[in-house]
Amino acid sequence: MKTLHVHAGVFVVASLFAAAAQAAPVAIVNGTVHTVSAGTISNGTVVFDNGVISAVGVGLAAPAGASVIDAKGANVTPGLMNSYTRLGILEIELEKSTNDTEADSPLFSAAFDLAPGINPASALIPITRVKGITRAITAPDLGKTMFAGQGALMSLGEGAAFSIQPKIAMFMNIGERAKRLTGGARGAVWMVLRQAFADARYFERHKSDFDEGNARETVLPRLDLEALLPVLNGKMPLVVDVDRASDIQAVIALAAEYKLKVILLDAAEGWKVAAEIAKAGIPVILDPTDNLPSRFESLGATLENAAKLNAAGVKIAIAVMGEHVAYNGRNAAFYAGIAAANGLPREAALAALTKNPAEMWGIADKYGTLAVGKDADVVIWDMDPLEAGAAPTHVFIKGQAQSLETRQTKLRERYRNLSAPAELGYR
Amino acid sequence: MRIHILATVSVLALAAAAPATAQFAGSAAGKRLADIITDPYPSTYTPRPSVLTAIVGATAHTGTGATIHNATVVMNAGKIVSVTEGGAAPAGAVVIDGKGKFVTPGLIDAHSHMGVGPSPSVPGVEGTNEATDPNTAEVWDEHSIWPQDPQFARALAGGVTAMEILPGSANLFGGRSVILKNVWSRSVQGMKFPGAKYGLKMACGENPIRVYGEKNRTPATRMANFAGYRAAWIKALEYQYEWDQFEAKRKKNDATAKPPKRDLELDTLAAALRGDILVQMHCYRADEMMQVIDMSKEFGYKVTQFHHAVEAYKVRDVLAKEGICASMWSDWFGFKMESLDGIEENIALMHDAGACAVVHSDSAVGIQRLNLDAAKALAAGRRMGLKISDGEAIKWNTLNPAKSLAIDDRTGSLEPGKMADVVIWSANPLSVYSHAEKVFIDGALTYDYDDPAKQYRSDFEVGYINKEDVR
Repeated sequence: MKTLHVHAGVFVVASLFAAAAQAAPVAIVNGTVHTVSAGTISNGTVVFDNGVISAVGVGLAAPAGASVIDAKGANVTPGLMNSYTRLGILEIELEKSTNDTEADSPLFSAAFDLAPGINPASALIPITRVKGITRAITAPDLGKTMFAGQGALMSLGEGAAFSIQPKIAMFMNIGERAKRLTGGARGAVWMVLRQAFADARYFERHKSDFDEGNARETVLPRLDLEALLPVLNGKMPLVVDVDRASDIQAVIALAAEYKLKVILLDAAEGWKVAAEIAKAGIPVILDPTDNLPSRFESLGATLENAAKLNAAGVKIAIAVMGEHVAYNGRNAAFYAGIAAANGLPREAALAALTKNPAEMWGIADKYGTLAVGKDADVVIWDMDPLEAGAAPTHVFIKGQAQSLETRQTKLRERYRNLSAPAELGYR
Repeated sequence: MRIHILATVSVLALAAAAPATAQFAGSAAGKRLADIITDPYPSTYTPRPSVLTAIVGATAHTGTGATIHNATVVMNAGKIVSVTEGGAAPAGAVVIDGKGKFVTPGLIDAHSHMGVGPSPSVPGVEGTNEATDPNTAEVWDEHSIWPQDPQFARALAGGVTAMEILPGSANLFGGRSVILKNVWSRSVQGMKFPGAKYGLKMACGENPIRVYGEKNRTPATRMANFAGYRAAWIKALEYQYEWDQFEAKRKKNDATAKPPKRDLELDTLAAALRGDILVQMHCYRADEMMQVIDMSKEFGYKVTQFHHAVEAYKVRDVLAKEGICASMWSDWFGFKMESLDGIEENIALMHDAGACAVVHSDSAVGIQRLNLDAAKALAAGRRMGLKISDGEAIKWNTLNPAKSLAIDDRTGSLEPGKMADVVIWSANPLSVYSHAEKVFIDGALTYDYDDPAKQYRSDFEVGYINKEDVR
């Protein structure tokens, strides 16, 4: 009885929120609708109701009682997803008190779950959302330990439309950073990694020995071995930050040997081994601006990495990395535009922010395209969404209209007119 | 050529040197100490060969804020000859069909660390910050620059023809900056912008505090930053005074004239006080900029430009009135406390206030698309209702940075007589889909998107990076 009661309560609350969020169906008419899954529709209509897309088509009439938005030809896309951010776990990069991005502890690494550190009230979430980003992966900082820990997937809506799916993937380094952490040589990295996997299997078979203090020595603590089991069992993706072509090949071999669900991150020299990545069915998250030979492991970095990987049949997702990962993940659409300016077809660039990440992160049933039955993450843009300076005029997340106000727009208004002092009180 | 350090008395000094009756003159060392060579590592840059060229039919954003449709841009002997609407190409000119394309002046980055913070980012070539003392005004960052940094060529592909290379911001006084033309050379001198003044890199705020405070050294607070600047300026005034005294004696052939003890740090600071070196100051917060302006008046120097200036919008009226440029990003913010209040409208608001708005990169990635940073700032400004033309936005990439580096009399706009630093774009450079097709430096075709033979590679890339692999 008690269980039933709780469920009923949850249901009622959820319904109330849904009702508050969207009293009537919404119909966006006369849009240039980029469905991602079924082409682009001129004079397109997108209808959603109760947070879910109910109709998409050419010139469809708005249903009776719907709240109608005339897009006047503007571009309409699914809400975008940035597959590599620090959203919610970092407010100001250099103010460590505001960061929950890494745990530098001898006690654990792989076991680190960043989700409890996520702050839904972070100012960066609306700042990101108003650039059309409705979903994001938030990932731990890489670099302090071989395994950095487990990231989370977030839906970035306001209030009840904000949600967190923790433990979405395990993040790790391979290459120069990892070798610095693990004995100074790549050979040592692979030795430790294989031993960690062996230890995790040993843990799986000998849990009681660990409980009783009879376990043999392991390279990682118990917490980490336990955390690695979903990875070894192919349930949790292992996101590997790797750049050098030969390192990528080694990761591909590792994935095959252990039957891991690997996602490559960065992969600056991915294009050199694109066919092998494609054959292994391994997706890649990349930054299209990464073209500097900034390390000896990424001498082959090129603006055409995205285009070449895509052409080879690799599923790519576009993210904002490097010096901007901490705060400017909002620029993902612009970065996709840069990939498009360097050979990636525009449709593929948009897919790299929608359909592809939806598939990579296992949420394609709910998100990633403008199709009936999907969550209504829908964005109307003031220009080509891939253009420098593009911004949404409307953002809906799970059908709920999102405010376009942010801490930054409030500051702008405060200083709009210097000769007529702004209202400085709280608002 | 030997030019005495004291510009105000340099003519007198050269005239006075001839009689050479003063005591120091009997000693070769004395003469070297007295007759300071102010340009000891002079520019050896020479324009590459060029031909009479006319770009016909393109849309020209001239850099002055104007846009000319169906423009004819004529270059000859390294200079802009004319920019007209619908003009005919002169006889004998190489004619480039510009229909559907855009032309701008070469882009200028007022804030780069290429060469001092190179790729690959390894200790063997890193040279941005001499973070061993809060005042290292004595260092010249041209001595750190690695001309074979592959980043230069990537910036060229983004249409960048000149840039100021600055020391980092670890120190209150980081040292001298230098302005380069973006050309391949065996030497730094071969890249130096002829006749450009040096800059003095100074830094406000958190960085010096973080670097030194964490070592339990001064400065550990903003108040110590100011104490550090002011103490140094006082020493520089004293130094200048000693040299002035010496020059007065020397002029009178006073046998007791003895050159003051030479100090590299004070050479630079005194030159900054005199205006012979431009003060380029890293400063994020509005309130700090206001205090720096007061300090400049306390010691009688001019701040040429605030760099980063994410809060310039809060004091845009003051910056306009003081004639101080601000070098800004379109949207960087929040990476540290002093950058928290950055807004996307910063550049547009500076422009709207009539102030000198500059788009800068501070990044070897960002420098490859300064035009798109202008596009983002423009879009943000328009969204808040500001009226700004495309041509005015390009000014943030061209004439304004040239002004902020005091090279605007020679480059930064498509005007007759100026250096023919010119970019042809495949489309409006404010579109993400555009790219620089051809880049001319002093009239010489230096980069061609469609011709790998005209895409220079640094020595470092030889054998590591094949040119067909890289864009």
